[in-house]
Amino acid sequence: MILYLQLFLTFFQIGLFSIGGGYVAMPLLQSQTVDLHGWLTQAQFIDLITIAEMVPGSMSINSATFIGIKIAGIPGAIVAIVGNILPSFIIMLILAKLYEHYREQRIIRNVLTSVRPIVVAAILTAALILLEFAVGTFRQPNIFAIIVFLLAYMMLSSKRIPMGPVPVLGIGAAIGIAKLGIVYLLEAGIVVI
Amino acid sequence: MITEVKKGKPEVNVKFFLRLFWETFTLSMSAFGGGFVIVSLMRKKMVAKLGWIDQDEMMDFVIIAQSAPGSASVNVAMIVGYHLARTPGALVATLGTVLPPMIIVSIISIIYAVLQHNVWVEAAFSGMRPVVAAIVLQVSWKFFKPFLKAKAIPAILLFIISFALLYVMKISMITLILVMLALSTTANLLDMRRRKRRMEEDV
Repeated sequence: MILYLQLFLTFFQIGLFSIGGGYVAMPLLQSQTVDLHGWLTQAQFIDLITIAEMVPGSMSINSATFIGIKIAGIPGAIVAIVGNILPSFIIMLILAKLYEHYREQRIIRNVLTSVRPIVVAAILTAALILLEFAVGTFRQPNIFAIIVFLLAYMMLSSKRIPMGPVPVLGIGAAIGIAKLGIVYLLEAGIVVI
Repeated sequence: MITEVKKGKPEVNVKFFLRLFWETFTLSMSAFGGGFVIVSLMRKKMVAKLGWIDQDEMMDFVIIAQSAPGSASVNVAMIVGYHLARTPGALVATLGTVLPPMIIVSIISIIYAVLQHNVWVEAAFSGMRPVVAAIVLQVSWKFFKPFLKAKAIPAILLFIISFALLYVMKISMITLILVMLALSTTANLLDMRRRKRRMEEDV
């Protein structure tokens, strides 16, 4: 019971403070589920983001489902999702009512745009934590991961052949599998350098 | 175009709710990439295909959905549903939007739990981890670029300060947001009062 309450409150907070959409939920998810509750390891967290990136639907709903199921099965997923969308549901109903009456809420918009730089800084922070985890530190760099990272960044921001996240993730998976295959072949002595 | 689009709000009955559920469900099912993709698909469907909502209203809805917390896709569904059929409409549209990712991720997470220690699956994920870092880093750059383009010095300063607080000092994002919301609300209310007073003086 306490677990359900924890799930609900955690995702309620994530829903309430993810101002500016999907990716904003990520730094919150990281601090709440990895650092605070220890529901996921850093490796599982980055896998979760990978999965959330590959399937339809928003980051926060996908994460709520994934974590909810892991912690407390399907009921856990439902509790996490309801907790996650309840704050926006309440706020959207209020905004919708206001809209039907006034058709303008400049103050709300001003206030919410004012936190935008904080939110962007939070996403960058989360990205750097993911990067550190994926490619290692200056002392122990993972050369393979650094090459994949640079390749992926180039593919994602290339203007000539714009690639979405899903195909680039596919390429990353293929490289990872190919690398393991080569290692096996070398170990078995089938291929000799 | 020969196809006639009936304009205006549809009649609210059981058939309408089923239709609303189906439209939001299929939309959410096909929206890879989350947030903004689904918003643009929603605009196409609700404005062009179904004619339930007019272009201007849809634009307003998107702005409101993006300014409220939570994911833009769910928020747009909520406000569209509310506009068409009040709170029950909002509930049905939300359910239609949330159900597909819930079902898909449930299946995947069960598979992941079984396979996560398989060496080949591990290898695939080890290749995808640097890609995810690249994706998120690129997203933060995309969000930051508008500040640079607009030469918004206060926003850039706030960004640098928040980054230092978050990354170096490990202060929680929620604390920062709460402080900023309080400051900004006060400033905006004071500004509104000042403007009102000036208008009264002019009269």
